[in-house]
Amino acid sequence: MYAFDYAKPASLDEAARLLADDPEAKALAGGQTYIPTLKQRLAQPTRLVDLAGIPDLATIKEEGDGLAVGAMTTHKAVAASPVVQRAFPELAYLASLIGDPAVRAMGTIGGSVANNDPAADYPVVVLTLDATVRTTKGEHRGSDFFPGMFETALEPDELIREFHIPVPEAAAWEKFRNPASRYALVSVLLVRTKDGEIRCGVGGAGPTCFRATAIEDALRSSFAPEALDGVTIDAGDLNEDIHATAAYRAHLIPVLAKRCVRRMLRR
Amino acid sequence: MTKYGVGQPVRRVEDRRLITGQGRYTDDITFDGQAFVAVVRSPHAHATIEGIDAGAAEKAPGVLGVFTAKDLDADLPCEIDLASRDGTPRADPPHPVLCRDRARYVGDPVAFVVAETAAEAKDAAELVEVAYEALPAVADTALALEPGQPQIHPEAPGNLAFDWHHGDDAAIEAAFAEAAHVTTVELVNNRVVCNAMEPRAAVAEPRGDDGVTLHVCSQGVWGFQPVLAGHLGLPEDEVRVMTHDVGGGFGMKAMYYAEYSMCGFAAKRFNRPVGWTSERGEAFLSDSMGRDHVTTASLALDADHRILGLKVETVAAMGAYYYRFAPFIPTGAALKVLPGVYAIPAMTYDVRGCFTNTVPVDAYRGAGRPESIYCIERLIDAAARDLGLDPAELRRINFVRPEEMPYKSAAGETYDTGEFARVMDACMDKAGYAGIAERRGESLARGRRRGIGMCYYIESTMGDPSEHAGVRFADDGVELLVGTQSNGQGHETAYTQVLNARLGVPFEKIRVVQGDTKRIRTGGGTGGSRSLTAQGVAIHGVSDKVIEKGRAFAAQHFEAAPADIRFEDGAFTVAGTDRTIDILTLAAKARTMTAPAPELEGGLDADATIQLDAWTFPNGCHIAEVEIDPDTGVTEIVAYNIVDDFGVVLNPLLVEGQVHGGVVQGIGQALFEHTVYDDAGQLVSGTLMDYALPRAWDMPNFDFSTIEVPCKNNMMGVKGCGEAGSVGSPAAVINAVLDALWDDGVRRVDMPATPLYLWRLIREAERRAA
Repeated sequence: MYAFDYAKPASLDEAARLLADDPEAKALAGGQTYIPTLKQRLAQPTRLVDLAGIPDLATIKEEGDGLAVGAMTTHKAVAASPVVQRAFPELAYLASLIGDPAVRAMGTIGGSVANNDPAADYPVVVLTLDATVRTTKGEHRGSDFFPGMFETALEPDELIREFHIPVPEAAAWEKFRNPASRYALVSVLLVRTKDGEIRCGVGGAGPTCFRATAIEDALRSSFAPEALDGVTIDAGDLNEDIHATAAYRAHLIPVLAKRCVRRMLRR
Repeated sequence: MTKYGVGQPVRRVEDRRLITGQGRYTDDITFDGQAFVAVVRSPHAHATIEGIDAGAAEKAPGVLGVFTAKDLDADLPCEIDLASRDGTPRADPPHPVLCRDRARYVGDPVAFVVAETAAEAKDAAELVEVAYEALPAVADTALALEPGQPQIHPEAPGNLAFDWHHGDDAAIEAAFAEAAHVTTVELVNNRVVCNAMEPRAAVAEPRGDDGVTLHVCSQGVWGFQPVLAGHLGLPEDEVRVMTHDVGGGFGMKAMYYAEYSMCGFAAKRFNRPVGWTSERGEAFLSDSMGRDHVTTASLALDADHRILGLKVETVAAMGAYYYRFAPFIPTGAALKVLPGVYAIPAMTYDVRGCFTNTVPVDAYRGAGRPESIYCIERLIDAAARDLGLDPAELRRINFVRPEEMPYKSAAGETYDTGEFARVMDACMDKAGYAGIAERRGESLARGRRRGIGMCYYIESTMGDPSEHAGVRFADDGVELLVGTQSNGQGHETAYTQVLNARLGVPFEKIRVVQGDTKRIRTGGGTGGSRSLTAQGVAIHGVSDKVIEKGRAFAAQHFEAAPADIRFEDGAFTVAGTDRTIDILTLAAKARTMTAPAPELEGGLDADATIQLDAWTFPNGCHIAEVEIDPDTGVTEIVAYNIVDDFGVVLNPLLVEGQVHGGVVQGIGQALFEHTVYDDAGQLVSGTLMDYALPRAWDMPNFDFSTIEVPCKNNMMGVKGCGEAGSVGSPAAVINAVLDALWDDGVRRVDMPATPLYLWRLIREAERRAA
């Protein structure tokens, strides 16, 4: 780890100002990606702006037809929240499968979304449900928040306050783990919105999360696992590494989507 | 006494200390005024070093000095003499502590920085400018010996380290000529990264005289002492090596590494303590790795399915250099159990060692025996399939029978005991072997593929056949000085049990002392599953001496004849009287008594060094049952049964713990651990984000039991158990995987059988069938 300055501001506005003043400063949420990055000397910020001292960023409440989740809410808190478990149990389940207990105790939804690791889980939720990302500078739509790998619509000095996540009518989450990192090699979030729309979000497979429209189209005509027989995903844009070829990832997407369908039909 | 006696599941006495953070690992040792080492490592797999500019680094904050091979010009030893089949000695390229003019793997140490803090040392290490001229590299074991490959050492033309041969070529040719059936398999025994929980660490501390004390994680301190002394130009007795608690060694920590001499050198140069602790990423680039064989093996059988001959040819990677034992592991060590548990009249074994631009390979849990058992047990399964036999039945036909013991194997080893059919039957019963067809059908109905696989392994424990033990009485108990080194196995518990049983000293008053060249005369260290066999017998040896001395002192104390003194339950008694004195009281008195004879000076304290005539042959049956999802290639181990013959079991809890760990390590190799070098020799799987270790949730519950056939080669009747799990599990798992996918048309499965790999095999088989 290289040496850096450390600040722990008491408000989001102060944090945003510190980041605006110094382009080499970096915000720190739960640190579950960034601290290992620092330890490996892969980043050299001038200053870490720790968001952990800012009050009221880790709240979970029902709001309209969805959930308002503060940016600094930990995965553990989402997984254990009675509000989430009642309103959107699949989100609690998703949170419970992130990393390991230590990661879940520290890692936050805001950090996960702002980092947009292609293998992260929360970006799939934000994209698929078109959640609203409320920031220090305004609002973003989840459907156009993730332009590319490790990229978001955020400005460098823009910080997330909270998410408004519309609660779907039904949902199922399937994650196929990378055997080493246990991040998603491929993940699928299948939902039926309150308007009856079928949406299928995919994580882990491409440079950033995306909607599998071929799967959505097939399930719209018949919501059954068999509807996905013969549905293929173009491997051209998918990631390749020692754990999965693009073809393997493309193959796994409908396999996981079928499992989601089966689970939704069983409920 | 029976509470702690032989066969009792005594809970580990070291665990309270270790799990409450009171262990003392090498990195826990930090002295006032300590400086820190950071190593500059080659980023190239193969490159000449045209120049090193340390100017900027030397001026960096906190830096005490930057050093290269010009300052510390020394080589790491390989202890193995080995001759090729033509009688020439193995190639002997030097293994420098710091690269002289060429780097040969990514991670090869080129320079090191000493600074006031570890962070300053690391910062400055990045400022050392090394001018490299990159050379083409070869990292693939299967390619290294081919013509036209990059040449790694001038001393090893064609990258050939040795061309070793065992066996009678004429006899094997005759066996194959008369065979009714021949089966051949090609196998890859994949390279694995050790990944001990505790990374390596060292702290060197200058002493008042010219000497140095090195605190270092190891598997035995005595082998390190002469190397460091040589590198520092000191007499051996001015170098003290100490090892405290160790969090996993697995062979990897038996090696002497460059960083230890860097610390020693800097401690002398700056006359202050100097330490180094490996990071996980550094461990991937510098800890000796394991396995890495490419093998072709053939079995010749007669019309009655009896084995006539076994012919094995292996290319074994050494990596870029040798460590201490590297040439021995795939040759002499692997040879010992290559025929397995079978009566094989003729055998040849050919090994070509090769250099590659990779981290050096050496002993890794099992060290040659897992490779050999994987080979013979894959081969026997393949032969059974070719012949249409149940693999268990082909094994049974060819087992060495109990009445044939002692049996001299085709490798020249003499097995003392073994009841292989009995052990296999017990395991098959437990595993429900006969019911697999029904379970296979149930899985198929759910779209899954189920398979069962067996491995009957035999181990040959190894290492230094001599061992030392010492007993020192103190006011508050007894110190037991041992020459082995616990890496987490539970030695304190086991040795305390043995000494408690022999001397009757209360269990809680025995303190095991290990890992100190100054306090302990000599020792063979830990490795080759030798510790209980060698150390246990040494503890018996020193106990005999303590009792003999105690009898003389007791006779003097009671003014009786030594012949009338009885020793029982920890007390010396004049026979036929109630005059008795317990051993601790007598030992305390003896310290101030006039010794009855000159050789009894020192009271009851004693030392003993024993010599074993022969090692032990633990053996057992592993049966793995797997279920594979053909949609994803994921393998689930649904059942895992083990029956082991470890001879007399001293502590079933410790033994089962060793077996669980070994089995998981073997399953890790079989299903998860994939060491990937790219064509340029870069380690692609260089972090735990990409190198998959098995986790608890990947594991089934193990059903473990033992059948005790006492070993005849030592007075305790014990057989080594530390490596057995990793010897038996890879073949059991891969045989099961192949069994599961056989009906899909899959005909070859190598390790690691990852989901991607199996998914592709299934798709390829589908395409072939279409």
